Amino acid sequence: MNARYREREGVALPRWRPAAVLAAFAVIAGVCAYRAVDLQVTHRPFLEGQGSARHLRVVDIPAHRGRISDRNGEPLAISAPVDSVWADPGELLTAPERIPELARMLELDQRELRRYLGERSGRSFVYIKRHVNPDLAQMVAARGFPGVALRREYRRFYPAGEVAAHVLGFTDIDDRGLEGIELAFNDWLSGEPGAKRVVKDRLGRVIEDVEQIRQPRPGRNLTLSLDRRLQYLAYRELKAAVKRHDARAGSVVMLDVRTGEVLAMVNQPAYNPNDRANLRAGRFRNRAVTDVFEPGSTIKPFTLAAAMDHGRFGPKTVIDTGPGVMRVGGNTIKDASNYGRIDMATVLRKSSNVGAAKIALQLDRGALWGQLAAVGFGSPSGTGFPGESGGSLPGKPPSRSIERATLAFGYGIAATPLQLASAYAAIANDGRRVPVTFLREDEPAAGEQVISAEAARAVRRMMEAVVSEQGTAPAARVNGYRVAGKTGTVRKAIAGGYSEDRHAALFAGMAPASDPRLVTVVVVDEPGKEAYYGGQVAAPVFGNIMDGALRLLNVPPDDVVPEDAMLAHSGGGR
Amino acid sequence: MILNGDDNGVAPRQMGSLQRRLHLDGVLLGALVLIAGLGLVVLYSAFGANMEAVQRQLTRLAVAFAAMLVVAQLSPQALRRWAPWLYIVGLAMLVAVVFFGVSGGGAQRWLNLGVARFQPSELMKVALPMMLAYFLADGALPPRWRRLGLSVVMIAVPAALIGQQPDLGTAVIVAASGFFVLFLAGLPWRLLIGTAIAAGPAAAVLWFYFMHDYQRQRVLTFLNPERDPLGAGYHIIQSKIAIGSGGVYGKGFLNGTQAQLEFLPERHTDFIFAVLSEEFGLVGVGVLLCLYAVVVARGAFIAARAQDTFSRLLAGSIAMTFFVYVFVNVGMVTGLLPVVGLPLPLVSYGGTFVVTMMIGFGMLMSIHTHRRLWTS
Repeated sequence: MNARYREREGVALPRWRPAAVLAAFAVIAGVCAYRAVDLQVTHRPFLEGQGSARHLRVVDIPAHRGRISDRNGEPLAISAPVDSVWADPGELLTAPERIPELARMLELDQRELRRYLGERSGRSFVYIKRHVNPDLAQMVAARGFPGVALRREYRRFYPAGEVAAHVLGFTDIDDRGLEGIELAFNDWLSGEPGAKRVVKDRLGRVIEDVEQIRQPRPGRNLTLSLDRRLQYLAYRELKAAVKRHDARAGSVVMLDVRTGEVLAMVNQPAYNPNDRANLRAGRFRNRAVTDVFEPGSTIKPFTLAAAMDHGRFGPKTVIDTGPGVMRVGGNTIKDASNYGRIDMATVLRKSSNVGAAKIALQLDRGALWGQLAAVGFGSPSGTGFPGESGGSLPGKPPSRSIERATLAFGYGIAATPLQLASAYAAIANDGRRVPVTFLREDEPAAGEQVISAEAARAVRRMMEAVVSEQGTAPAARVNGYRVAGKTGTVRKAIAGGYSEDRHAALFAGMAPASDPRLVTVVVVDEPGKEAYYGGQVAAPVFGNIMDGALRLLNVPPDDVVPEDAMLAHSGGGR
Repeated sequence: MILNGDDNGVAPRQMGSLQRRLHLDGVLLGALVLIAGLGLVVLYSAFGANMEAVQRQLTRLAVAFAAMLVVAQLSPQALRRWAPWLYIVGLAMLVAVVFFGVSGGGAQRWLNLGVARFQPSELMKVALPMMLAYFLADGALPPRWRRLGLSVVMIAVPAALIGQQPDLGTAVIVAASGFFVLFLAGLPWRLLIGTAIAAGPAAAVLWFYFMHDYQRQRVLTFLNPERDPLGAGYHIIQSKIAIGSGGVYGKGFLNGTQAQLEFLPERHTDFIFAVLSEEFGLVGVGVLLCLYAVVVARGAFIAARAQDTFSRLLAGSIAMTFFVYVFVNVGMVTGLLPVVGLPLPLVSYGGTFVVTMMIGFGMLMSIHTHRRLWTS
């Protein structure tokens, strides 16, 4: 027997081998122990930091956007808390059998969802569905889908819907203003998200709040000058008119004469800001501010005002408009019929183009141009509304007679409904022009005298005749109130001239005429062929809106009819 | 006269009569119970304080300890008689897995036996050392070349079958259990050293001529986990962070952030050592490793006192394999060894391997308690 083998209790095996193995084991165990000490003592600070880096996170605390309300505090845009469902695609795809259930809960197509996740499996954050009703979101969270979590967000809601859509605009899904007031005052309305340190697990679920680093600052609220009631009134009347006349579009602007505040501004066609899924961008435009048209006859009051302020004309000044046609340079200016020798008030009442042209041609070259520029034509109103147009007015007083003549009845100039309303407000406010604004003004800005008070009052009186039975717009009358205004029926400019059959029907006016409070401009674009005159199409809209608005605002009537007076008298005597 | 060492005989050492009657070894049993108990505590934490999972594991442990108790009643002679049959059945089943196996988790490891799924590689963990001990103890020692060659084949075939499933961890364990028998029986040193010396150049050849690019990437990732922090390296990075942030005294029971917040992958199975380390620190690690050392030392002691060559080879192999088990798992979790996927004995969640392991310990107890008495 080999000397290295020893017989012991009948077993013949190598003697030193177990010892060698045990020695090797001891060394290996030593290595393990050393490794444990190495990791848990020597490298502990580093590894601990790494550990914290994996579970401590700084996260945003979302801040909601400021509320927009009307002048009476009625909400127009509010932010409601919602939850967005997001996922770590790689994590969720480890349990593909759960995807159909998730898709069903969120009303998504499961194949689509699987494809969407598959394409993004390398990322660690994708939205699955945003702005989910919180109840549903909680149910999804409770089902414990792997890698699926919630994120608090705010969704913008517009209680007035279509009625105030164009003015307010809207925000995108990330709460940034895209249009309208939401865009113009985005910085003011936006909140500043706060930050906090939290413990998160690997799936991004917050386990524990550790500390707040920065308090979220919610967005500031904004009070607009709009009056929701007037807005609704204007919306209803305009929509009905646009439908009745099969018109392409329409706008209404109502201003507070003394403060320049926009009380109502509506357009057609409108859209529902709470559901914009399938709408074309064209509908979002606030035409009352962005679209221009030639104001036509609605300019004539300014022609008369300029004529009176430059001394040679008074309300009784007679102008010979016969024979109803006049040639200026190579062009012909026509009236609807031959009005003969008429005074200024009649020029306005009959809307005589010849009369207005003759007046303009007798003025100093820059007088009419200067008057129009002074009431705001040709420059933006200064509201800062996104996409606002300044309209167009020649950069300097026109030198050619025909240009001066056509300017007198509103061609060769373009304006927005808002500009026209602002200019009318200057007449209504005894010649003082106050800048227009979309915000409620507790202290109105000081106005600037752009027309003499006498001329403004005189023109206003003349404009009252427009709504008389002999004028162009008896439909604009309001029971109990004196109304001053002017119609316009504009042939639309098309390539190479003016269209024969496409018109814009306008009415701009104010009430009560004795001491005007409201100015309203109505524009109906391309009404049907049966009726397209401003007096037929736009004036009734004006009348209905003003009728409602004056009563809503408790404006004292200035045109009490005899029956009412008698009733009041007999009531007093009883 | 030779008597079987039951309660009629005189024990070489005075033991408690109940222990004697049940053929149990107190030291070994005590260490195993302590380890299993500690394991349940850690599992409770790894499952996020879930008592249900702990109860399930407790049931499995009960089954495993019962299996140990049954095996301990068998005499070493019976084990020896069964060895070749077990090995042949195991081998046949491993071959069957190749053709009829059931797949799961990217590997084909199971046989469907109608009532339940069975993993033949588990049987082989027990059968291979028994077979080799039987085979080598039967002839002259140290084994001559022909017997050495046959032994290597007996080890290589099942190891290869298991390795291709693929189940690298079990293949390593099975091969190691066979190798230890061969080594204890007298594998020539020059062969051992020669193989070790040849391994270096062979590895180089393998690296440059036979390995696929992705396989090289795996090796490189093993050497430097930070190369692939989101993929293969993720496990090991998270694991090291968990261990390291435990420090000396740990973060406390249920307070380990890496484990509780699910940053640690496989935390209730292969990586449970990291949970223990994070929550109980170096102290907890020390206690567990000492308990394991007791088990290995007791196994070695039993082997040293075994009365025949078969018993001694088998006992030695079981004890050493257990050591390898622990070392491979701890080495893997602490980043010393590549991630091969072996559970931590008696601590990790899972059933089959615990039963197999306890059957091994049952054999150790059988060997230690069925002692023949030498009377002259």
